[in-house]
Amino acid sequence: MRTTITVNGEARALDVDPRTTLLDLLRETLGLTGAKKGCDHGQCGGCTVLVNGVRINACLSLAVMHDGDEVVSIEGLGAPDRLHPMQQAFLKHDAFQCGYCTPGQICSAVAMLAEVEAGWPSQETADLNGPVALSGAELRERMSGNICRCSAYPQIVDAIREVAG
Amino acid sequence: MRPFTYERATDALAAVQAAAETPGARFIAGGTNLLDLMKLDIERPAHLIDVSRLPLADISRTEDGGLRIGAMATNSQVAADRAVRSRYPVLVQSIVSGGSPQLRNKASVGGNLLQRTRCAYFYDTSKPCNKREPGSGCGALEGLNRNAAILGHSHACIATHPSDMAVALVALEARVETLSPSGETRSFPLLELHRLPGETPHIETHLIPGELITAVVLPPPPDGGQCYRKARDRASYAGGLASVAVAGRNVALGMVAHKPWRAVEAEAALAAGASPKEAIDAELAKAASAGRNDFKIALTARLAAAAIADVKGRRG
Repeated sequence: MRTTITVNGEARALDVDPRTTLLDLLRETLGLTGAKKGCDHGQCGGCTVLVNGVRINACLSLAVMHDGDEVVSIEGLGAPDRLHPMQQAFLKHDAFQCGYCTPGQICSAVAMLAEVEAGWPSQETADLNGPVALSGAELRERMSGNICRCSAYPQIVDAIREVAG
Repeated sequence: MRPFTYERATDALAAVQAAAETPGARFIAGGTNLLDLMKLDIERPAHLIDVSRLPLADISRTEDGGLRIGAMATNSQVAADRAVRSRYPVLVQSIVSGGSPQLRNKASVGGNLLQRTRCAYFYDTSKPCNKREPGSGCGALEGLNRNAAILGHSHACIATHPSDMAVALVALEARVETLSPSGETRSFPLLELHRLPGETPHIETHLIPGELITAVVLPPPPDGGQCYRKARDRASYAGGLASVAVAGRNVALGMVAHKPWRAVEAEAALAAGASPKEAIDAELAKAASAGRNDFKIALTARLAAAAIADVKGRRG
């Protein structure tokens, strides 16, 4: 099925089997292997990408459903010679060990800060009507959809905190 | 994943007609539950009708001072909506205690209501499950039933409905609006959407083939406080063992039955002057467990009593 998706700023017109997930399209068709297939069931967050600025699990979404959408993967956030501030912070704080979950963590963190900025509540938000203060508990709760089996969580929190300011 | 055909609906009436006319058709909106189950070969649709772009995502005030939430609004959009946050906090609390942010950003309101159980025997295609394969038996009855139902179940099925959001919506006395393939629209209490399992646990709702949920409509919030409490094995991103939503004098329980459970016995007892504990004990008088989920009766009782007392305390 003819599907046009803008990936990292570039419009890609592709013929897509309806079964193809957005994750498989990125990895197998476009060769963008930053987003990872960890569980393939929306449990680990390794495949987190931004669709129209919002973070989702690319493994639980059909590529054909994203016709006309703008997708940003880790490759679109930054590059080795122009790192995104979140990538820079993960490096500085050594916020990974094996690195497998890192692209998902970084995409998720970038979108999470935008959600906080927009005042979206979480289960840690006491005042649902006020602005969100990004406490440690808020940050951890909002990143709970991204699992790190090496358990680099303290450093991940430090890295995100630095970018959050 | 088995092959299927796909179409993107641009018109709600055309979508429901296509759903009624195409064998094996299913609607897809967020897809977070359906695609997961398709990968596991539990759901096997021959045709998907993508309803996610239908203009049914608005959240707007109704004439009577309530709120109409379009069925295609994402869970995150509902939880972030200013009117929902200020007037229906129990709905926000229930939504943000379900799934992960990534899932809530994709999952729709309609899809949340129609999500399938998380019973391990429903998920394991090598095991019997009357819901997945009618007539095959219920593996959970004598098996790993730690999270099984304690109310309203049958010998054919002890699965629970896993939604958090639906529990709050039931406490808020939400109604569901639908569109049928004939073009007819109808509106009915959310409490009447889901069925108890009986002999036919594979039939989970009272929707007719092709009928599409188009909106959830909230009446004005009831007088009194609201709160949602959920007990689970992890503090975040875990399915519930039991939950309770209180909105004014209304009480609903989650993850204890095949459907979100309105605690009418508890409400009646409270109205007659019973304490929160006495009231929930009245509700759970008919509760029955299957072994590994025995603890859920006491857990539900304590969770609900605390939530009711919390809201009562605010009312003074």
